[in-house]
Amino acid sequence: MGEFFRVLTDNGQLFVDGFTNTVKLFLIAAVGSLVLGTLLGAMRVSPVPALRAFGATYVNLVRNTPLTLVFAFLVFAVPKLDVNIDYFSSAAIALTVYTSAFICEVIRSGVNTVAAGQAEAARALGMTFGQVLTLIVLPQALRAMVPPMMSVFIAMLKNTTIAAGFSVLEAGAIPAYMAERGEPQFAVLLWITIGFLILILPLVALQRILERKWRVAR
Amino acid sequence: MRMKSVAAVAMMASLALSAAACGKEGEPTPSAGGTASGAAQGDTCKSSGATFTPKTDAAIAGSPTFEKIKTAGKVSVGVKFDQPNLGYKDAQGKRCGFDIEIAQYVASTLGIDPAKIEYKEIASANRETAIKGGEVDYYVGTYSITDKRKNDISFAGPYFVAGQDLLVRKDESSITGKDTLKGKKVCSATGSTPIQKVRDEGLTEPENIVEFKTYSECVSQLLDKKVDAVTTDDAILKGYAAQSPSELKVVGQPFSTEKYGIGLPKDDKALRDYVNNQIEASFGDGTWQKIYDGTLGLSGSAGTPPTLERY
Repeated sequence: MGEFFRVLTDNGQLFVDGFTNTVKLFLIAAVGSLVLGTLLGAMRVSPVPALRAFGATYVNLVRNTPLTLVFAFLVFAVPKLDVNIDYFSSAAIALTVYTSAFICEVIRSGVNTVAAGQAEAARALGMTFGQVLTLIVLPQALRAMVPPMMSVFIAMLKNTTIAAGFSVLEAGAIPAYMAERGEPQFAVLLWITIGFLILILPLVALQRILERKWRVAR
Repeated sequence: MRMKSVAAVAMMASLALSAAACGKEGEPTPSAGGTASGAAQGDTCKSSGATFTPKTDAAIAGSPTFEKIKTAGKVSVGVKFDQPNLGYKDAQGKRCGFDIEIAQYVASTLGIDPAKIEYKEIASANRETAIKGGEVDYYVGTYSITDKRKNDISFAGPYFVAGQDLLVRKDESSITGKDTLKGKKVCSATGSTPIQKVRDEGLTEPENIVEFKTYSECVSQLLDKKVDAVTTDDAILKGYAAQSPSELKVVGQPFSTEKYGIGLPKDDKALRDYVNNQIEASFGDGTWQKIYDGTLGLSGSAGTPPTLERY
């Protein structure tokens, strides 16, 4: 047991650095993919066929590509075009691009839970598409989106560990360091699991709060 | 809608292919300009020509590992697969290199035909686990002998002494050694000892340290000018330099001593003593020299057998 705690106390700085980068990556990609995903979701439900086609192509293209390939594309293929992006930004872009596709689908399915009559009534009152979406449909769709949205974010938090293979020192890179230092792998992996639990539990709590806040009788 | 989805699939496939071609682990990295000669050379495995005849009278008293190998009639050996001239697997699936031939030599002294070796590709981070768990009988793959690792496993050897060095682009003249790295981007394997040395000694700024899972990925970044130097043991770097001699070179100022050993199960002292004796024999009878000259020696530098350390 003492050995178990020693692994953490001896390598505290590495754990702090690693998880700090994980959180940074998560926050940047969460905001980015929420914005991009909402835009894409709006495209997919919009009345303009070209936008719908673009949204559908994006989702089908990105959602079916393994995240590791999206990373590899940014890190190994993009430099061949003489475009220089640093590794942390590449990771943030890869996670944003990838997660946006999933957010988009969450939003689309949420919108689909709102009865068509709601949008028709709003249109009958003379609202534009933008107004229908932001004032009538999205507020009602939000409560249906909360649980799947949180699942997407939790998945993304864990997906950040792929960045370890692409030169970003985050939590996923810790095991390699520890192996090289000769630390017991079992304890290392257990500490990383605990670290992720600490990060994910607030997300679960947030989901509970939002679900309770937006609960309505239907 | 059907046409759209067909187009989407086609785009997706081309994206996947282009990404795979550029970042696939374990493949020899095609250089930026696509120098066919370099890639072709690295892709065809050539042996040194040394022959390993299995010993018919091999016997090691009190070695559980040896008993297991004898009963099975085959041996399972942990190796690397992505280090040219050291531990490499070519496009045809043939293995070659200095470490591979040392592994074959050891197998022959245990009475096993090298053709019966079951190779297992074990990443550096999982080596101790694989040996402790009995997944491999022994490991030969740029495995530096360190006191910390001795807590988990045993080492026979060293059978080679390497030193940390720098691989740079051929036209690079400002990097001449470890003290000229300030402000330069330096790449190595994630968490590896060489990159930790760079970090701990402050050889370059923390933001200039770049880490990938494999050295091949670092070499790819070097050729793409995203990093300025790749650092690890000179033996590994010489292999890459030999692969693209017109584009890469090794600086040639080693700044550490890495003693490569054969990783063995910890409590098998009988096996360790036996393997040590066999390595020593290969130093004396010219086998070691023949293996070296036909593999690592192709990089242009001469090699002499190290002094064995028995502990």
